[in-house]
Amino acid sequence: MSLLNIFDVAGSGMAAQTVRLNTTASNVANAQSVAENPEDTYRARYPVFQTALHAELDGRSAQANPVGAGVTVPGIVESQKDLVVRYEPDHPYANEEGYVTYPNVSVVEEMANMISASRSFQVNVEVMNTAKSLAERVLTLGQ
Amino acid sequence: MLGIHPQALLLRAQRAELISNNIANADTPGYKARDIDFQSVLESQTARQTNAPRSLSTAGLRQTHPDHLSASVTTTNNETLYRTPTMPSLDGNSVDVQMEQTAFAENTIQYLASLRFVNGKIKGMMSAIKGE
Repeated sequence: MSLLNIFDVAGSGMAAQTVRLNTTASNVANAQSVAENPEDTYRARYPVFQTALHAELDGRSAQANPVGAGVTVPGIVESQKDLVVRYEPDHPYANEEGYVTYPNVSVVEEMANMISASRSFQVNVEVMNTAKSLAERVLTLGQ
Repeated sequence: MLGIHPQALLLRAQRAELISNNIANADTPGYKARDIDFQSVLESQTARQTNAPRSLSTAGLRQTHPDHLSASVTTTNNETLYRTPTMPSLDGNSVDVQMEQTAFAENTIQYLASLRFVNGKIKGMMSAIKGE
């Protein structure tokens, strides 16, 4: 039934936005984390979103149900931007020239990402609530 | 017996699913928003039904062979159309969340309207049966 599929679709949307919110939290928390080696320094992480199809979910052919089935997160990628290097000769992890490597996290970008993720989450909640009230109305049909 | 409304309800539910899928994929790169042209799909569905013999259409189609198609209302791939993006984005996504939300709300109201029609028909039949 289509109305109940909406729960799956909106649920997948919420799950994907939660993953995004999680990576944002991790990025912000680690914005100032330094490591002894520049190779071990934390890099900003971002989720990859992909459209899910019914065929993948329940084995039915895509032809039988052309409507998509929400969104999936097939993986999380690390940002390949350059790491931030600061001159801090007193830092215990400073190299011979006195430079410390900081993560390539842009806190401003992360905040924008966070707001976008939470808004998208809210919209999905709204959709699910509407589907729920519609299904309830169908159940009371004829009463 | 209930007129066009059960079919309209099924189509509305399907459209709600399509739009909710658009909303869920609002941040998916390369995703193209889709929708159905409700009027044309409903027209083709009712045409298909009225072309069938009356006795069959009211009783529901009997499937005497496993390969027979079911008589339920389903949209096919060529009936779901892609939206024309108003503000194309760099990542190839054509979902406008505000527009989708509006379409979803509109569709919900129309679903409720169809539901009310069906409910009225059922209520009318109930009072006819009871004869009160």
